Amino acid sequence: MNTAAVPPIAPPILAPTTTAAAGWRGLIADWSSDREAFHVSWGKAMMWIFLLSDTFIFSCFLTGYMTVRVSTTVPWPNPSEVFALQVAGTDVPLLLIAIMTFVLISSSGTMAMAVNFAYRRDRANAAALILVTAMCGELFVGMQAFEWSKLILQEGVRPWGNPMGAAQFGSAFFMITGFHGLHVSCGVVYLLTVAFKLLRGDYEKSGNYQIVEIAGLYWHFVDLVWVFIFALFYLW
Amino acid sequence: MNPGTGQQHPISLYLKIWGLLFVLSTMSYLVDYLHLQGLLRWGLILTFMIMKAGLIVAVFMHMAWERLALVYAILLPPLALLVLVWLMAAEAGHTLLTRLLFFN
Repeated sequence: MNTAAVPPIAPPILAPTTTAAAGWRGLIADWSSDREAFHVSWGKAMMWIFLLSDTFIFSCFLTGYMTVRVSTTVPWPNPSEVFALQVAGTDVPLLLIAIMTFVLISSSGTMAMAVNFAYRRDRANAAALILVTAMCGELFVGMQAFEWSKLILQEGVRPWGNPMGAAQFGSAFFMITGFHGLHVSCGVVYLLTVAFKLLRGDYEKSGNYQIVEIAGLYWHFVDLVWVFIFALFYLW
Repeated sequence: MNPGTGQQHPISLYLKIWGLLFVLSTMSYLVDYLHLQGLLRWGLILTFMIMKAGLIVAVFMHMAWERLALVYAILLPPLALLVLVWLMAAEAGHTLLTRLLFFN
């Protein structure tokens, strides 16, 4: 049976690191002492720790925004009116932002499905769904570029002032949405790389499709950050 | 979860969560569209925000099925941010007060 095949002692692979420990290798071996705190793959653990650090960065931006908004004596521009779009002669509040939200949520949905297909080794469907995700991300960035140009060219919003109210509105807006847009753009490049390697058969060769799940973690995080920006910056 | 294999869950679950996120987004948009004001507005915005964030982290990012050690390592540190928000809110209130006193 299987149980009889289990070796009674530790695997021999540990022996060289413990006996021949010298120099930097020894230092690393001693400090790590060959222990694993999180029983997930290192790639997933590292991605989560990176996302945690990113959480702190975005939270600092949003907290800074809260501070300047609370402390200004000049009225804050009403985002509902600033980001309104004219449709058939009437102003629809926050229309573009709402569409951007739905596009990003949809891209999160297709990404989750791509992870499922990847683990079933269905490369064609997984890559197609990742490409749809990347296209939604690109669409999102495109709409953001439109929003920025409208705000800069037509409304005259600058990081140091704007005609609608508190001067800090521009700096908070450009900083927060700009950093988020940068994350989306990087995510698109990341997803395209993963889709390319998926189609080329890299993960089939190594038998490890977890890269798709890890890329998915990053993408869902970008969507997660948008949830907070949408609520705290646009709706508040 | 077995460390060797990844997170695999049925697509129907993802589609349900997707639909739920759409509903929640529509509702938070309606808060603005219907011009709700005051505590009701802020309460609803925060409620929908937390529900959406929870669904994304729990299901899309698979936190609901990860090992507890990883869940706590990732979800507990952001609680420190609540302290930062609280400190900065107090600070901002103080700044506003001094500005109103000396500049207006």
